[in-house]
Amino acid sequence: MTTAAEISEPALLPAPFADWFARRGWTPRPHQLELLAKARAGRSTLLIAPTGAGKTLAGFLPSLVALQERPKRAPLGGRSIHTLYVSPLKALAVDIARNLEAPVAEIGLTVRLETRTGDTSVHKRQRQKLNPPDILMTTPEQVALLTSALDAARFFADLDTVVLDELHALVTNKRGDLLSLDLARLRSLAPKLKTIGLSATVADPDELRAWLVGRGTGLADLVTVAGGAKPEIAILESEERVPWAGHSARYALADVYGAIAAHRMALVFVNTRSQAELIFQELWRNNRDGLPIALHHGSLDTTQRRKVEAAMVSGRLRAVVCTSTLDLGIDWGDVDLVVHVGAPKGASRLAQRIGRANHRLDEPSEALLVPANRFEVMECRAALDANYLGAQDTPPIRPGALDVLAQHVLGMACAAPFDADALYREVVSAYPYRDLDRPTFNRVVEFVATGGYALKTYERFARIRQGKDGLWRITHPRVAQQYRLNVGTIIESPLLTVRVAKNRGHGFAGRGGRVLGKIEEYFIETLAPGDTFLFAGVILSFEGIHENEVIATRTKDDTPKIPLYAGGKFPLSTYLAAGVRAMLADEEKWNTLPGQVSDWLRIQKRRSVLPRTDQLLVETFPRGARYYMVAYPFEGRLAHQSLGMLLTRRLERAKLRPTGFVATDYSLAVWGLGNLGHAFARDKPSLAELFDQDMLGDDLEAWMAESYLLKRMFRNCALISGLVEKRHPGKEKTGRQVTISADLVYDVLRKHEPDHILMRATWADAATGLLDIARLGDMLARIRGRIIHQRLDRISPLAVPVMLEIGKEPVARGDADDHVLREAADDLVKEAMGDG
Amino acid sequence: MAEALRQPVFDTEATLIGVFGVVLEAFPEGALWWDHERLLVVADLHLEKGSAFARRGQLLPPYDTAETLARLSELVARLDPRVVVTLGDSFHDDDGALRMAPRDRLMLAGLQVRRDWIWIAGNHDPDPPAELAGERLDSLTVGPLTFRHEPRPQPAEGEVAGHLHPCARVIGRGRSVRRPCFAGDGYRLVMPAFGAYTGGLDVLDRAFAGLFAADTFRAFMLGDDRVYPVGRRALGRG
Repeated sequence: MTTAAEISEPALLPAPFADWFARRGWTPRPHQLELLAKARAGRSTLLIAPTGAGKTLAGFLPSLVALQERPKRAPLGGRSIHTLYVSPLKALAVDIARNLEAPVAEIGLTVRLETRTGDTSVHKRQRQKLNPPDILMTTPEQVALLTSALDAARFFADLDTVVLDELHALVTNKRGDLLSLDLARLRSLAPKLKTIGLSATVADPDELRAWLVGRGTGLADLVTVAGGAKPEIAILESEERVPWAGHSARYALADVYGAIAAHRMALVFVNTRSQAELIFQELWRNNRDGLPIALHHGSLDTTQRRKVEAAMVSGRLRAVVCTSTLDLGIDWGDVDLVVHVGAPKGASRLAQRIGRANHRLDEPSEALLVPANRFEVMECRAALDANYLGAQDTPPIRPGALDVLAQHVLGMACAAPFDADALYREVVSAYPYRDLDRPTFNRVVEFVATGGYALKTYERFARIRQGKDGLWRITHPRVAQQYRLNVGTIIESPLLTVRVAKNRGHGFAGRGGRVLGKIEEYFIETLAPGDTFLFAGVILSFEGIHENEVIATRTKDDTPKIPLYAGGKFPLSTYLAAGVRAMLADEEKWNTLPGQVSDWLRIQKRRSVLPRTDQLLVETFPRGARYYMVAYPFEGRLAHQSLGMLLTRRLERAKLRPTGFVATDYSLAVWGLGNLGHAFARDKPSLAELFDQDMLGDDLEAWMAESYLLKRMFRNCALISGLVEKRHPGKEKTGRQVTISADLVYDVLRKHEPDHILMRATWADAATGLLDIARLGDMLARIRGRIIHQRLDRISPLAVPVMLEIGKEPVARGDADDHVLREAADDLVKEAMGDG
Repeated sequence: MAEALRQPVFDTEATLIGVFGVVLEAFPEGALWWDHERLLVVADLHLEKGSAFARRGQLLPPYDTAETLARLSELVARLDPRVVVTLGDSFHDDDGALRMAPRDRLMLAGLQVRRDWIWIAGNHDPDPPAELAGERLDSLTVGPLTFRHEPRPQPAEGEVAGHLHPCARVIGRGRSVRRPCFAGDGYRLVMPAFGAYTGGLDVLDRAFAGLFAADTFRAFMLGDDRVYPVGRRALGRG
């Protein structure tokens, strides 16, 4: 790594730039110059810098300098774009473009920079194609559309630099997979292409460095900017009692309000939308001074959100309650306090959110963590330690998804006929696909062509076909049209528009009334007319569904039926989990915790036991007419749910008659009619057998095959891979129609061709994503031979939080569906008998 | 779940449904049985729907016809009907029969041996295929009952129809359960779609408006091993 001292500044920075810095009274920062030097040497670079370090300017400086130095006259035939900027958010692309226009004008550059997103008009897009701007700012989906276009080769012929903003957020999901494949294509079209990745601090920079360059070309160079002033983070200490369980943090909201009142502008981060609604409502209940407090989450109507954002930037708000929609690096004005309600679930996420406060490196950001329950107190403490240590827990990059690859293969056929060998080489040059074997690639190509079924009946309906010249090409222009309408990897759960009808009682004709935003269909399905719920900060009464709209009316009710709160949306990170386990095991650390919490642990120690960091504690006790077991793996709710499903299957086989379970981020409770403690004590079965790793074999397979989760994952894979269409030319399919057909397709495919390539893609998603199987596997390996069983005669203090969750969430058991039907039929009997 | 639902369960319990004085048995597989006539009715098979989609560029698994026929053959083996009535939209389109795989064609022929087979015309297949065995009719009347594809808008006593793919939703225990159903009021019965790729339309949709008498309306929802009658008040919109 070069240091700033080695770089001779005047040589690097052309006069107009140096003058501009001088006029503004600024000095170029070392990392900005360093990036410029790398670019001059033709190197790709990863810049890791905290928020406020001038990352964006650093990323664009090399391109601006290069554009200023190139000949003024365009060559005959015009130029292609010079720099492509890709951001995960539309809004970010637009925001950055705006921020860059000022320096471009002030330096006196003749550089055309434009944005291109889903919102860009057709007219403007066409003009961009004919007369490309120098710098194009866009999103991964638009990059996919551009690389699959017939004129891609011309459009990108002179592409010099790709700037990837918020790279850490882009690479960990399917969007990142798609982008990596498109980047591979861009490298084929413009072999001298350099990439510049801009990222927040990550656990493993080398992965991102490898991601930025083609396979076999080593790593991108690394430039790191040390963090600025250490943030001042405190855990809220309330006079109120910290609750045992739950996520509302209602107890602390008077204190939070006090903190807001004492600052200029606060961001109140929460983990889920429903939590945002609740906190917003509670803050207004406390709002004695009528402070302007707003709400911002992804389900709200866009115009509502834009209003809030504009009010923030102009400093008209004192606080905004928000979810991860405000996570990414948009500059939202003068925030001087970040409040985090609920545990942050990951140290990296916490660092990122705290970075929202004080967008200046030299001032410390101020943050307040508000744990919602006693376990979260420990989690906050662990997160706080992690932040001071600079620990990072961003997830590793997973192998590239096959459904995404299928979409890409079709896209490449739309751009130009392809040679399978050449495309394979290109694909495996993308970091996530570096280990993709050739037979799998061939199966994906077959899938794109004819569906890839063992029963080969679709040859005549092929979408792409290999010609005599050996090249694969699309069979009909309609194929390209369908591809363009279905591009992208973002599959939203079916959403319904919420409209507030003007007057109630007049039926709901669907005319008039304000649109408040969109709400998940699965939630609305659980409502009956007249039920009240909280949305967009108001309490609404559900009237009915009209086509794709939820019709609601305002109500004076002040106790809404809150959306089912399913714990944190993000699972507890492995790193924080280890932190919490360590805290439990080390009595000396208890002194750093509030008195209520340390007392709780002391009583637990007296009444039961506290596990060492490498142990798994399992407690059993009777309560009411049932027998309970509570295990404390601290592996996050998803892994615990998977574990719960598998354990109940095993307990059923052992004739212990389990009747349900409930999981939190920290522990898992299973109950049944059989005396669990007695059975474990006599090794019938032993806990070692019960928790044996072999549960991840047949049991897992049997359970997953019938799990609705797998259907949901299949639906996503079917949409992304193009098996089922997102949209038809001309008419958009509604989410609900897609759900039906994908489920039916899943049932048929599973029965008739369970090893189909799309089933493989589905399993891969399920194992890494929703079910956290990988993490469960690591945990089972970790605790082998280290399970301690405490047989108790009553519930232990540590078990209270999970026991309080019982009944709050529906018990997900396969046969429960028919129970619901039976009860509905029983109601009919009562109705018929006259007592209904 | 739909998988379990369709499995050949030999101890499935029939639920009795009265239509204009005739007592019929409804099976959770989505089929209707008139024991006195030994007559089996299934609606909306939509055979070759997969290949119809494939033709338009959506390459759905080509196993739907085999799957639908396999389900039907379980019922035929169990009940040994004298007459099988397919209540229209038996094929997803008019060319459907021509696209059938030889294997599936053989299977269908096997089902038709030793019994009467009646293809009622549907809107998807107004001309049931001439090259297949079986009689082609617009509607069939047996005693007080008339079997036709599309329910008539006017009150129709003794009508058994398909076409609408009824399904219903009930809400309980914090979840909602949506299932295909028979929809009836004692005068008329609309059958669920039987095909492997057929979706459903909620019985509260306006397409059903006016078809049934509100006070005697029931949705007979398909459970895992029996059919559950559910009244209007227990149904949720979805």
